[in-house]
Amino acid sequence: MPYRFLADQFTADVGFVASGRTLDECFTAAAEATLEVMLANPQSLQPRELRAVHAESESLDLALLRFLEELVYYKDTEQLLLRPTGVVVTQREGGWVADGSLEGEPIDAGRHELCADVKAVTLHRLEVRRTNGGWEATVVLDV
Amino acid sequence: MGAPATGRSALRQHVTRVADTVWEIPPTAKPGMRVPARIYATAELLAQMDDGVFEQVANVAMLPGIVGHSFCMPDGHWGYGFPIGGLAAMDPDHGVISPGGIGFDINCGMRLVRTNLVFDEIRDRIPALVDALYKRVPAGVGARGFLKLSDAQFGEVAVRGAAWCVEHSYGWPEDLDRTEERGAIAGADPERVSARALERGRQQVGTLGSGNHYLEIQVVRPEHIFDPEAAGVMGIDRPNQVVIMFHCGSRGFGHQIASDYIQSFLPLMQRKFDITLPDRDLACAPFSSAEGQAYFAAMKCAINMSFANRQMILHRIREVFAEVLQRDARDLGLEMVYDVAHNTAKLEEHEVGGRKRRLLVHRKGATRAFAAGMPDIPAAFRNLGQPVIIGGSMETGSYVLRGVLSGQQTFFTTAHGSGRAMSRKQAKKQFRGKQLEHDLAQRGIYIRSVSYAGLAEEAGAAYKNIDDVIAAVDQAGLSRPVARFTPVGNVKG
Repeated sequence: MPYRFLADQFTADVGFVASGRTLDECFTAAAEATLEVMLANPQSLQPRELRAVHAESESLDLALLRFLEELVYYKDTEQLLLRPTGVVVTQREGGWVADGSLEGEPIDAGRHELCADVKAVTLHRLEVRRTNGGWEATVVLDV
Repeated sequence: MGAPATGRSALRQHVTRVADTVWEIPPTAKPGMRVPARIYATAELLAQMDDGVFEQVANVAMLPGIVGHSFCMPDGHWGYGFPIGGLAAMDPDHGVISPGGIGFDINCGMRLVRTNLVFDEIRDRIPALVDALYKRVPAGVGARGFLKLSDAQFGEVAVRGAAWCVEHSYGWPEDLDRTEERGAIAGADPERVSARALERGRQQVGTLGSGNHYLEIQVVRPEHIFDPEAAGVMGIDRPNQVVIMFHCGSRGFGHQIASDYIQSFLPLMQRKFDITLPDRDLACAPFSSAEGQAYFAAMKCAINMSFANRQMILHRIREVFAEVLQRDARDLGLEMVYDVAHNTAKLEEHEVGGRKRRLLVHRKGATRAFAAGMPDIPAAFRNLGQPVIIGGSMETGSYVLRGVLSGQQTFFTTAHGSGRAMSRKQAKKQFRGKQLEHDLAQRGIYIRSVSYAGLAEEAGAAYKNIDDVIAAVDQAGLSRPVARFTPVGNVKG
């Protein structure tokens, strides 16, 4: 699995490290991890709804934060649980851009094993860094 | 005397005891500190505090314009920027406002409701009451309230708070008398709130949320009334009386406002305001700047939305009790004792060095605890001190206290809960939600939760002992216990 949760470091919240050979994979893994914080059985999610996503920032880590905030936004406004697909992260003049789609379906308490309600993606220890094998991101979610 | 030698933060070595329950980190302990940092705790609670608390309370002492000390309450634990349990008063002319000093869940708070009922009358009805509350007060991931508000109506809620609810028949006029700021702080401006925050908040009025948010039916055992006179004034006036307590905040609305302003302050801190701090979570702006004032006005919208949220939940509670028990809510005596805010920044007048000063008081996971005779306390409590509602874990118990004059040492601020002692992941590893539900039932606590995983995260053992926290605030003179409540029914978000 291209992400692992950080067990004991964040008393009240949830942290994880997501990784990938490319930034596209790393951002995708971070979004999958965010989904799993809310949904214990992410395999139950059916791709019935599609939302385009576009996030940008001067810095790479804030581009990731804004990208992940889209999952929180659709969860609160349309009650949609979504996973990433076709994510492309590019560097442009003035910063970083993440484009792609989120697909999933409305919350269904009958099929979805719901866990924590992610309320914000935080700056705490937020980092996207190069590794030998590609990219790694540390993210802490406020739940 | 040194602090107990546990943990790894180098700052622990700099901690000295200045009173039985007061510990200080001098400004020389970490470069950039402008004032000393003070932690209120017994030696045992101090030893349990995570390293983050020591680093963060010292970092807060670096904020421009901080007055007196940076403080942490006995239930303190690691937070974003400020510790949870953090307190800092700023000079409004030369100091900053920091969303990290208020928290993401703006005006997360507690509401306590009394009843005329005693436990024996409703012992057998607890499951029915909890089941009905579980159905009528939406909780958990993506929960929506029953109110369908237009953008304009939600804007009114953000300005008028709980008063909007009462005007629309979702409450009794006297509820407002018993709410901090009478349920609506002046100066809220929805124009300062992003469209995204408004969208997130619009559907969430009347929802409990998740995490550590809960709604509890509790009982006051006769041996747990410590101050009968004060309890009587609060309407806690009979043995084994039933009360209702709940904890929730401004939901996605407050979170989005905090996220928006933290991100907008970040690029400006060095470029425009010449402020450098060791942690991005302390993002801030001078209070007197246009940016600082914009956040202040937006934050107040979340304060008001949260008061409205708790008002709508109270309305639902009254409906449920009336329906299940087949008695009128007024006949049941479902009257508010008080509603307190945890996560706010407010302009208040305090005495510093012998003179009155207007200060911007940031409280994050900390409760205002005004003493008798102070303004902004409901007339009923003017001679008593403001009621302070402190919730424990779902397994242990909760308290109502009152503000006292010696609270001046912390700008009349006290603890807000028991404070976590174990991470959520750790708790989930150690406890099973279903087993916990069963164990609680054996102990006479009927619980309904949206999520077993969420339930495990909130296990009592994941929290500090509430009695220790209360002993610490009592010993320190930050507030005095009035009564302790034992849970018998719980709805967990």
